[in-house]
Amino acid sequence: MKGLAGKGKTIFLLTGFLVLAGFFFYFMMRSGPLAPVEVTETAAEFRSLTPALYGIGTVDSQASYRIGPTIPGRVKELSVRVGDLVEEGQILGAMDPVDWEQRLAAQDSAIRRLEASLQAAEARIAEVAARGKYSLDAAQAKRQEAQATAALVNSARAERDALRADLARAREDRKGLQRQKDNLLLVSPADGLVTARNVEPGTTVVAGQAVVEVIDRKKLWISVRFDQAMASGLAAALPASITLRSRGDQAFPGSILRVEPLADAVTEELLAKAVFDSVPDVLPPLGELAEVTVILPPLPETAVVPDASLQRLDGELGVWILEDGSISFRPVKTGRRDLEGFVQVLTSLEKGERIVQYTKKALSPRSRVKIVESLEAKK
Amino acid sequence: MISLAGRDILHGWGKFVLTGFGLGLLIGVTLTMGGVYRGMVDDAKVLLDNSGADLWVVQQDTLGPYAESSSIYDDLWRSVAGMRGVDAAANVTYLTTQVRRGEEDVRAMIVGVEPGTLGEPGQPRYLVEGRHIARSHYEAVADEASGFRLGDSIGIRRNNYQVVGITRRMVSSGGDPMIFIPLKDAQEAQFLKDNDSILTQRRRTAANPSLNRPGIPGLLESVLASQTGNSTVNAVLVRLAPGADPEETAEHIRRWKRHEVYTRVQMEEILLGKLIATSSRQIGMFLVILAIVSAAIVAFIIYTLTMGKIREIAVLKLIGTKNRTIVGMILQQALGLGVLGFMIGKISATLWVPIFPKYVLLEGRDSVTGFIAVMIMCVLSSILAIRVALKVDPAEAIGG
Repeated sequence: MKGLAGKGKTIFLLTGFLVLAGFFFYFMMRSGPLAPVEVTETAAEFRSLTPALYGIGTVDSQASYRIGPTIPGRVKELSVRVGDLVEEGQILGAMDPVDWEQRLAAQDSAIRRLEASLQAAEARIAEVAARGKYSLDAAQAKRQEAQATAALVNSARAERDALRADLARAREDRKGLQRQKDNLLLVSPADGLVTARNVEPGTTVVAGQAVVEVIDRKKLWISVRFDQAMASGLAAALPASITLRSRGDQAFPGSILRVEPLADAVTEELLAKAVFDSVPDVLPPLGELAEVTVILPPLPETAVVPDASLQRLDGELGVWILEDGSISFRPVKTGRRDLEGFVQVLTSLEKGERIVQYTKKALSPRSRVKIVESLEAKK
Repeated sequence: MISLAGRDILHGWGKFVLTGFGLGLLIGVTLTMGGVYRGMVDDAKVLLDNSGADLWVVQQDTLGPYAESSSIYDDLWRSVAGMRGVDAAANVTYLTTQVRRGEEDVRAMIVGVEPGTLGEPGQPRYLVEGRHIARSHYEAVADEASGFRLGDSIGIRRNNYQVVGITRRMVSSGGDPMIFIPLKDAQEAQFLKDNDSILTQRRRTAANPSLNRPGIPGLLESVLASQTGNSTVNAVLVRLAPGADPEETAEHIRRWKRHEVYTRVQMEEILLGKLIATSSRQIGMFLVILAIVSAAIVAFIIYTLTMGKIREIAVLKLIGTKNRTIVGMILQQALGLGVLGFMIGKISATLWVPIFPKYVLLEGRDSVTGFIAVMIMCVLSSILAIRVALKVDPAEAIGG
């Protein structure tokens, strides 16, 4: 440095100092409250929005049968296991009949006794009738006697008729007993799939308790729930796309079968049933979580802005209009939104107006802004 | 008129610049420390700003939801929304936890907000990328400090959430980045136990003879179902109608809803005065000591710089230079050193601040205060040097 002459040295140092001062002022302006807020801009578009609804639900069967006895008892046997396919009318198991066999046998005996009595009654009628004939032959004049014999025959016939009725009743009783005994069998009401075998043979169950559960495997649906605030336009027959949690990369086409007339007041959700257009080959397990996206019909054309451009100033929702590098806040009324983050703006926005989309800081009417391409954070 | 100070600096400029550089780094550290303190306070304030709320309705006798845990039923917001002076009310949950980002964990504050409504209290106020949450489940808006990018997948408890929006400066009072997810998912994340606990709980309940009676089919299922439900949130955020008095509305809710209500002022007191009180005081204390040490070092540097020139000053005196000129020279040099040091300090602080993991706020006001303090220190320390310089015996120039 000795080589530097006096004047040169002065200029050198002065330049250095000025560069430093320049840096200093650059940093003062770039950071801190004096710096402009970086924003990105976008334009209000005019187009039709296709809103969609998003809900989650569980795979359910439209018909699910809980098969169990109608009277308390002990399970004697079960012939099916979970996963078995069953047919309508197939016997799945049986309850222990305890004394049903004996009761049937007793009834059979009663019937046989009545049958014997009936035979006896028939014989008696024949006998009385024969005796009457004989007496008529022997003493034709004895009218009184003849009348008595006729009465006897009538009485025997009445007795026989009573016995016949008794027999019929006993036979019906037996049929009833047989029906009740048959009722101890657990029978599948439809073609289906066994989904649960709740108890094992030997267990005592109460009336109405499910022993085996069977679902109709052709009729699967999704019990889906939609947030009430985000479910406007939900209706039956709308197309839907169903994604199962275990098959996240695959969307099954389907539709909304019905919207339940009762909403869930506690969870504040609307309930609906969605069905597959065709049930997947590999059946999803019941209870699996599924996401249902319902595509609504397109809306009429309005101004559309990205939802990130809507901000709130003093409690009012609006957009920041960019004009000649300065910003002004304009409150707007918003309409529907879609799942891609676009919102309808129903008031006071002209086509092509430039608005602020992303911003690095909350804006105020006094903010200075600097428009940049993107605010993407550095990786 | 020749500037004596300028000539002297030119004479030993290497020494001057290096001293100024060292001094600058020291000032930079002090400014940064001030920025750390300010950043800490700002984190707490920005949390309140970003919530967009004027009132916080929390569980009775708690300081929730930030300073203490608070749990209220999630249907309370409806009755609050209907009260006088309330413009909007929204449920919110806060949970600070580790979330999965690929292989590693990120500490974040999970905020559950009601999706589908724009600009309601609790929601992110602005975005730097992407969009707001549009689906009622499994979408997230993450702060850029969390390191997540658009399209990333965030694992929180058993569910994965897709990042659809990126926001900025949305942090908890501890500086953890916020991740916004739909309220129902957040309730689940907060209160749903892990699968092992649920299984254990099921077994335990099934083993309880009074809850698993043979004669009542379905009782056990009902009991189990009741154990997995959750219908609580941490707070209800309230935005006041224009012109409504916060304290009056708060009192109204306190009285008729029997919940604790905090206004913005009270919430700030809780956060600054209670939640981050000790840690901010800790930093503040360190800042004070650092400032004192820096001041002392500045004084010593200027003193030794002058003492190094004592022989030259004696010569100046010998040739009959006025005292005023000598004082001016020392003072100008000290102030010059101060200005140089301050500029280097400010630049270096601005340069290294973005590397800090937590937010560091360099306020313009602090810079001005710092500048004035540096100048005062330079003047004070040069007075010490001037006293020595003026007392110097001109004979020393030829004697020593």
